[in-house]
Amino acid sequence: MPETTKGPWLDFERPIVELEERIRTLEASAAVGGVDVADEVAHLRRKAVRLSDDIFSKLEPWQRVQLARHGRRPTTLDLIERIFTQFVPLHGDRQFRDDPAIVGGLARLEGRPVLVLGHQKGRDTRSNVQRNFGMAHPEGYRKALRLMTLAERFERPIITFIDTPGAYPGLGAEERGQAEAIAHNLRAMAALRVPTVAVVTGEGGSGGALALGVADRIYMLENAVYSVISPEGCAAILWRDAAKAPDAAKAMRLTAADAFRHTLIDGIVGEPVGGAHRDHAAAALAVKAQLLDALAELVALDQKTLRERRLAKYLAMGEWTERR
Amino acid sequence: MSWLNRAARGIQSLAKQKDVPDNLWQKCPGCGEILYRRELERSWYVCGACGFHLPLDAVRYIDLLLDADSWEELYAGVTSVDPLGFRDSRRYPDRLRVARRQTGREDAVITGRGRLDGLPVNLAVLDFAFMGGSLGSAMGEKIARLLLDASSQRRSAIVVSRSGGARMQESLFSLMQMAKTAAVLARLREEGVPFISLCVNPTYGGVTASFAMLGDLNLGEPGAMIGFAGPRVIKQTIGGDLPEGFQSAEFLLEKGQLDQVVERRRLKATLATILRWFCEDRDVSIPGPVRE
Ligand SMILES: [Zn+2]
Repeated sequence: MPETTKGPWLDFERPIVELEERIRTLEASAAVGGVDVADEVAHLRRKAVRLSDDIFSKLEPWQRVQLARHGRRPTTLDLIERIFTQFVPLHGDRQFRDDPAIVGGLARLEGRPVLVLGHQKGRDTRSNVQRNFGMAHPEGYRKALRLMTLAERFERPIITFIDTPGAYPGLGAEERGQAEAIAHNLRAMAALRVPTVAVVTGEGGSGGALALGVADRIYMLENAVYSVISPEGCAAILWRDAAKAPDAAKAMRLTAADAFRHTLIDGIVGEPVGGAHRDHAAAALAVKAQLLDALAELVALDQKTLRERRLAKYLAMGEWTERR
Repeated sequence: MSWLNRAARGIQSLAKQKDVPDNLWQKCPGCGEILYRRELERSWYVCGACGFHLPLDAVRYIDLLLDADSWEELYAGVTSVDPLGFRDSRRYPDRLRVARRQTGREDAVITGRGRLDGLPVNLAVLDFAFMGGSLGSAMGEKIARLLLDASSQRRSAIVVSRSGGARMQESLFSLMQMAKTAAVLARLREEGVPFISLCVNPTYGGVTASFAMLGDLNLGEPGAMIGFAGPRVIKQTIGGDLPEGFQSAEFLLEKGQLDQVVERRRLKATLATILRWFCEDRDVSIPGPVRE
């Protein structure tokens, strides 16, 4: 059973959570009264799993968006803590300031030195304000680039976790070259001489997500989403009504299954029953297994092959026809 | 009047001129002067009274920048499909059909080879009239091919950007075109083949956040609005008004985001000077017969 029943919960999760609450109450009363409830508990647990499977197998794209943004979803730091045996956080772009919306540092994955970085959201209002809801400024992307070139210099693989509504649209961000910072990262990541693996763990929002997402292997967590613009933004422009976000979410095909079907990502990392937020440890374990698999393949390639394959991978992205 | 309003009016006046193709004059959005179309044609749509840069059709940039009869269009047949089955109030294929009819083009960029003051170059010009110059798979493919050709033939590359940003109807496919074009630019950069980006009004979103900001030099036209997020989104985010001139080419120049703001009628000469500096005594953009 999930490690927590603390909310807040999404509407479609409530029946599952309520059932789990019943199981807990039953167990507690049995412990006090000495009644044997083992059979009933087992029955209810099977029921909870069935209910969960049923609800999660029929999720609408908009419900995936809600899961990807879930207040309890594991953040980059939650995953780092559970995946790596060592983490030395590093700060600053050496130009302007340290952007708390992006974290990164030296880490060890099963003993192997790697560099890890990613967008960082908060858990409550205060930490979300501090993290700017995971929306980076140019200095955040420049910090990421500084760390990535550091890893390149010392020949360490790079792992990135993507979880952002998008790059921050503000005055300072524009003044300091938000577009240039993102563009620069795309070009630099395409040319890195070390293996790179990107995992969209929650929200893959637009260019702000892609700025950490050009990699040899790209994965998405099962309930993560990835799109060119937020559903609200898309709805505001094409439907002229931000409230049509669920329609836009559907139309943009932003789920992991869609991205995989379109061969824009390399794989989907399964989430624990009820979603990654129900069991951070299990979610981290699944991500870790995928990272180990990917790196085992990538570190075997020489630099030239690695970079040629990366370019070929991106050249193949897109669907068009050619009239003669 | 803010640059934003002036730019918006510039776009409106373009729309009007399409509705009434035979009108003989047009009011300058900058100074209100009545300008005669024949005069505007001769001045590349720059107001003779105040220097305001009115929108210039994509195809006219080819005439502006390249030597007469040197243009050879490439990849004209590359055309958008509808990979997501996208539909909002209209189906994406219907929007494409309308855009094709209005522009006579398959997608929102023209790509090809030509000569700039004798120097062989590869040129791409985004067409704002085709779905706002938005970046989809077809544009990404055409620009990637043009840049790969520039790399293998060692010809300098120039992209004239004018775009609202990504093509939402292709969502993640569109986003990945930013990575695709940037990946090819990484190769050009390693091989010492020059790439010049020129941003004209307006250049936004996924186009700015990829190839348009990745030039060895980034240039802008006077008064052009250039940015990542659109002014409306930023206003909403900060809950207040934007400073005068925010996101104009002059603003970007001041903030260190552009190398130069170049008046349209000086563009070709400026590019020739720059490219000669980049290419002289080097194995790039060698004048003479086009290498195959
Ligand atoms: Zn004027």
